[in-house]
Amino acid sequence: MSATVEAHEAHAHSHEHHHEKESFVSKYVFSQDHKMISKQFLTTAIFMGIIAMMLSVFFRLQLAWPGESFEILNYFLGDRWAPDGVLDRNMYLSLVTIHGTIMVFFVLTGGLSGTFSNLLIPLQIGARDMASGFLNMLSYWFFLASSIIMVSSLFVETGAAGGGWTIYPPLSALPQAMPSSGLGMTLWLTSMAIFIASSLLGSLNYIVTILNLRTKGMKMTRLPLTIWAFFVTAILGVLSFPVLFAAVLLLIMDRSMGTAFYLSDIYVAGEALDPVGGSPILYEHLFWFLGHPEVYIVLLPALGISSEVIATNSRKPIFGYRAMIGSIMAIGFLSFIVWGHHMFMSGMNPFLGSVFVFTTLLIAIPSAVKAFNYITTIWKGNLVFTPAMLFSIGLVSTFVTGGLTGIILADSALDINVHDTYFVVAHFHIVMGLSAIFGMFAGVYHWFPKMFGRMMNSKLGYAHFWMTIVGGYGVFFPMHFVGLAGAPRRYYQYTDYPMFDGVYDLNVLVTGFAIFAAAAQAIFLFNFFWSIFKGQRASENPWKSNTLEWTTPVEHLHGNWPGALPVVHRWPYDYSKPGKELDYVPQNVPLTDDEEEH
Amino acid sequence: MEKLLLLLVVVLAVVGIAQIAKVYQVSSELQKRREEDISPTSNKVNANLWLLFMVAFFAFFIWQYFAYSDLLLPVAASEHGVEVDQLFNVNWIILIAMFFIVNFLLFFFSWKYVHNKNRKAFFFAHDNKLELIWTIVPTIILAFLIIYGLKVWNDVTDEPSENALAVQLYAKQFDWTARYAGPDGQMGESNYLLITSQNPLGLITDETIESRVVELKEGITKTENKLANEIMPDSKVEDLEDRIGAYKRQIARILKFKDSDRDFSTAYDDIIVKGEFHLPIRRDVSFNINSRDVIHSAYMPHFRAQMNAVPGMTTKFAYKPIITTDSMRTILDDAEFNYILLCNKVCGSAHYNMQMNIVVESEEDFQKWLDEQKPFVEPESLKATEESEEDKVVEEDGQLAEKN
Repeated sequence: MSATVEAHEAHAHSHEHHHEKESFVSKYVFSQDHKMISKQFLTTAIFMGIIAMMLSVFFRLQLAWPGESFEILNYFLGDRWAPDGVLDRNMYLSLVTIHGTIMVFFVLTGGLSGTFSNLLIPLQIGARDMASGFLNMLSYWFFLASSIIMVSSLFVETGAAGGGWTIYPPLSALPQAMPSSGLGMTLWLTSMAIFIASSLLGSLNYIVTILNLRTKGMKMTRLPLTIWAFFVTAILGVLSFPVLFAAVLLLIMDRSMGTAFYLSDIYVAGEALDPVGGSPILYEHLFWFLGHPEVYIVLLPALGISSEVIATNSRKPIFGYRAMIGSIMAIGFLSFIVWGHHMFMSGMNPFLGSVFVFTTLLIAIPSAVKAFNYITTIWKGNLVFTPAMLFSIGLVSTFVTGGLTGIILADSALDINVHDTYFVVAHFHIVMGLSAIFGMFAGVYHWFPKMFGRMMNSKLGYAHFWMTIVGGYGVFFPMHFVGLAGAPRRYYQYTDYPMFDGVYDLNVLVTGFAIFAAAAQAIFLFNFFWSIFKGQRASENPWKSNTLEWTTPVEHLHGNWPGALPVVHRWPYDYSKPGKELDYVPQNVPLTDDEEEH
Repeated sequence: MEKLLLLLVVVLAVVGIAQIAKVYQVSSELQKRREEDISPTSNKVNANLWLLFMVAFFAFFIWQYFAYSDLLLPVAASEHGVEVDQLFNVNWIILIAMFFIVNFLLFFFSWKYVHNKNRKAFFFAHDNKLELIWTIVPTIILAFLIIYGLKVWNDVTDEPSENALAVQLYAKQFDWTARYAGPDGQMGESNYLLITSQNPLGLITDETIESRVVELKEGITKTENKLANEIMPDSKVEDLEDRIGAYKRQIARILKFKDSDRDFSTAYDDIIVKGEFHLPIRRDVSFNINSRDVIHSAYMPHFRAQMNAVPGMTTKFAYKPIITTDSMRTILDDAEFNYILLCNKVCGSAHYNMQMNIVVESEEDFQKWLDEQKPFVEPESLKATEESEEDKVVEEDGQLAEKN
């Protein structure tokens, strides 16, 4: 290990020589500096997030007031997709699909991991940069390219992909079955293939960097929990995304080369098709083999961020550091053997279903450990309510509330009646949507001073948080009841069913909260962009935190530390340690003679 | 003009907020206030907001629980449904208890342990006993839920009894068709290559093979004429040539059915219904579920039943109805009530309206209804003309009429 550190040290000196010669292009555009790449990921993800959020407001309008005319829909979608301001039913499905795709992959995978793994891995382990700056840069540019392609698919004449974000064939394979399965789907598949490349480049880089470039004294057992979370996330990504790539590739072949991986015995649009012998179930298996780990790819970084933020702002060590690492690893491992719970109703053998019930419910154990450890960390703490802290506590609440309903969905017998209803929508939006986005906001508020050298306004941060948690729960909580009433998801309207009459006012309530929550994000956007230029200048360690990133100067340097790399002597959670004058002891402070590590 | 005004308002709003922020910043600079120093007032306000939020959140939940309890599905109308509902209630009670306990602890501690500069946080890094407690207690609860859940799952997916009524549910964009075996008790075989507007399920009989082959041959001649007489771009020519090839392959595959010694006469008396299907009470019903185009899902919420319809394979689900439509109407005090089958896997533009009514009635009423239905082939003639017309009406909602 020490050999690598020294080699890296030497490498870093050559960096400093280059430093002055950086041109605008190499500094801001084709940057290989992890801090700049992290900012690029964040800004791209924010723009993608705005788009996906707007799409959700559009289709929520239709759900609350079916068939009513809204000028705003006509303004944005035009006469083709919203004639007289009424949302077209094909466009409704496209909006739902692209909303899901962008949120899951572009905001919460690319945006969350891309931003914070890039920013924090080198800074918190004491490295000059990522193992490969070039791959890192490539990872961002692939991400941007795939983002642009995905958004551009909204402008295609036949509509963007509309089979739901899971794009099950044959619907997604046959333009005859749905016009948006034509060019729109081609763009979706292309975009995802590029996105997967981006994700793999990033993940490999994160793993290598964490294993090889830790500074002297930074043992694995002294890593902040953020790094542990990013590490396990990257491993999940490397193991599961290639499977989605295979699924996408086979689908492309079925669509344009006449193969029959997923197609069999199909009669559509007045024609019997040739393919025989394929199975759509194969696609479901391949998709969910990625799809379920993907949930944790989204969630674990958020949990890592909140662990760090909660410990710092409770002025107290995270409770059960080793148990937290253990539960992250247990969740990561289990996430690979539970994918079948998305397929209880697919016609899979019921016995196989039983196995997936068992493995899925096991995930509740490490999740419970995490939740109780968070609560014990807060217990008898000395809580400082920065906006990041508020979002982290909010995350614990949504993680628990959303996770609990997962117990119902994991039970195959109960899943029969709530499968693909709004109950599922409520569940995953709370447990992975709200939790992950809360984690992302916590990260932005907490590390903004490190990213931009300025502070965000905390008062606006408070307003943003309280409006978001009220709006977020307001949107997704009533959906449990809509789902228990049996209302299926991805329905354009419910007016054709007397049994869903009662759903109307809940849908209006949900849409009202959705508009409220969307409006709250305007506060964040203003605060974010305004603070980049006009915020108060940050000090070196504003949150009195222990981790190494706060030992770097406020002004960014290529190479992170001006002199030698810091040496680590202790774990990152020595907050309020008895016998210490200050309530924090940074990791690079040596232990005193009679001090035990923790 | 309106848009211009709107733009002006937005611009002014942004400028306004920016000015306020600036004033705030200048004032904090004057007071030497650092953004990262959270004032005792801010901490106090946020701590109280946690408590307020908790009360509001719990109240929101309780209000919805009671206000919308009538929205929840009525009593289960199938035998296993009752068992499933019991399992649900047990899970639900545990979940709600956990929901209140954990959220309460979280919000209460957030309020109670707000920052106080005279106090130091309790350095409490780990405690194996506590970790053990919240590993083992959830494990025990989950073990109970898993075992109980799997028991119910086994009951639900158990083989239906010998005398079960077999019903085929057949999905296509965007409607359902149901098929019964008819007096001989056997359903005829089917194949997607034989689907026509007169034979929507593609049942195999000597006559359907004959007529489909004739139809395909006509299609070939028509296409060949088109190729010979019309001037068209190369890509179109290729398309049409491909079509001829496809038709020829299909004819070859269809003719293979004839070579086999299989007996196709079981299809003649099969009963095919649309719009509504009937079930007898207190008898197992075993559904074979198929789809001709994309994945659909047969969802019958009142019976706590759901299973995907997947092209190229047959999926199964069985249940025993225990409440007739009439009794349910009395229970719900709703004379209009109907059990329904709906599609619960996104399948295209009209996915949201792909439904079929289900009528549950006494065994005698059911037999009477079944006898009134027309068999697939009426003793003398192959096709009833009126039936095909009915079909066309149903097709209208689909994207393309089924014609070659």
